[in-house]
Amino acid sequence: MSASAAIIAAHSSSWAAALVKISPYTFSAIGIAISIGVSVLGAAWGIYITGSSLIGAAIKAPRITSKNLISVIFCEAVAIYGVIVAIILQTKLEAVPKASIYAPESMRAGYAIFASGIIVGFANLVCGLCVGIIGSSCALSDAQNSTLFVKILVIEIFGSALGLFGVIVGIIMSAQATWPSKV
Amino acid sequence: MYGFEALTFNIHGGYLEAIVRGHRAGLLTTSDYNNLCQCETLDDIKMHLSATEYGPYLQNEPSPLHTTTIVEKCTLKLVDDYKHMLCQATEPLSTFLEYITYGHMIDNVVLIVTGTLHERDVQELLEKCHPLGMFDSIATLAVAQNMRELYRLVLVDTPLAPYFSECITSEDLDDMNIEIMRNTLYKAYLEDFYRFCQKLGGATAEIMSDLLAFEADRRAVNITINSIGTELTRDDRRKLYSNFGLFYPYGHEELAVCEDIDQVRAVMEKYPPYQSIFAKLSYGESQMLDKAFYEEEVKRHCLAFEQQFHYAVFFAYMRLREQEIRNLMWISECVAQNQKSRVHDSVVFIF
Repeated sequence: MSASAAIIAAHSSSWAAALVKISPYTFSAIGIAISIGVSVLGAAWGIYITGSSLIGAAIKAPRITSKNLISVIFCEAVAIYGVIVAIILQTKLEAVPKASIYAPESMRAGYAIFASGIIVGFANLVCGLCVGIIGSSCALSDAQNSTLFVKILVIEIFGSALGLFGVIVGIIMSAQATWPSKV
Repeated sequence: MYGFEALTFNIHGGYLEAIVRGHRAGLLTTSDYNNLCQCETLDDIKMHLSATEYGPYLQNEPSPLHTTTIVEKCTLKLVDDYKHMLCQATEPLSTFLEYITYGHMIDNVVLIVTGTLHERDVQELLEKCHPLGMFDSIATLAVAQNMRELYRLVLVDTPLAPYFSECITSEDLDDMNIEIMRNTLYKAYLEDFYRFCQKLGGATAEIMSDLLAFEADRRAVNITINSIGTELTRDDRRKLYSNFGLFYPYGHEELAVCEDIDQVRAVMEKYPPYQSIFAKLSYGESQMLDKAFYEEEVKRHCLAFEQQFHYAVFFAYMRLREQEIRNLMWISECVAQNQKSRVHDSVVFIF
């Protein structure tokens, strides 16, 4: 039943045929690449936004340097989430016999790993950006008035929770990546 | 795209923006001004200033001090800050920073031409020029006899060249023509700066439009008031107003026909942002108008710092520093001439 449904879908339009023919391993590999690559992009973007303001502000107010490294650490955490999820995802990859590569269960596993990678990657991208911009404002405000630091830090903590949401959902998605058994 | 500058501004401008905000934190506060206003001699002023950022610049000056020395050294600090930022800036920030100094260049050109007309020595005039507005070959301005020579010999190589197209005539330079020349150049400069900021877009365009529009309107009012009773015709006056700002175009029409200050006040009261300026003055009084304009200017420039990731903070910082130097000059003059009761007439507090 499921095979004929796939054949029907494959004949209905050329795009459907093309997408169904892509191997689930391609999708999985791309998902893993996105999860680490885009997370690191977000972390790097956030760190340079914070770092350039921090360096400039620290010239007139050297006391801010040690405290404001927390912003850089929050951005770095985003990259670490990406690495963790990429490692988890790559342990989910299993070899299946050639006959069942295009079986629905294999496709589902491939799509699950792909989706998990996208979720984590893009959630960490925007989280890194958010924390970076707030960190830049935090450094500049702290240089002017040191009572503002802790209050702006609370905003950063809320911002970094976004990356955590992405990681949680990504791990839940990848838990359903079960390939068909070898029999 | 407006709203997303935070993503890419810090690549080229993040460090310098943080530096300029650090400089802003070093502007004198109300308590500093209160201390300075209570000084008895210029040496007291020097002592109070040594605790601020001006300290290293004034500490090597021998007593007795002159007020011009204090002002000169403080201006030197502004120039050092500016040059430090300019040499680290990339495009388009470096062009923006250079635009800020063209106003001083125009003032220097007019100073030298006027001084030559009154047979002053060139070296003496060069020392009085504002250091931010110096350019090579400024000394050769002294040999020009009329505007065409002025342009052809000296100004065609400077950044002021494009502003001259409206005011090249073959007339000889005299006091009236020089003032008209100054205002025409400044009008062209403001319009050019405005167009440049519009091209930059985003928060820079929005904030700079507001600041430059206020500048253009303030100049329009000053030109009107200064030309009441002179032989400047209405059409000539109309030509000196800039093509942007709140007053453009209907306010300019009304200002061009004003013949006394009460009519100017009536024109300005039609524009809500400027109503508050004239509300502080009673009828018929124009001495405090300058101070009211300066206060409004300082308020708007301080507001520019509320937003991050744009270039207007550099412009605002330069203007606030210049206002501070004006304050210091006034305080020093009052102290030197023993007229401390008049100190608060003209000091505009920044914070």
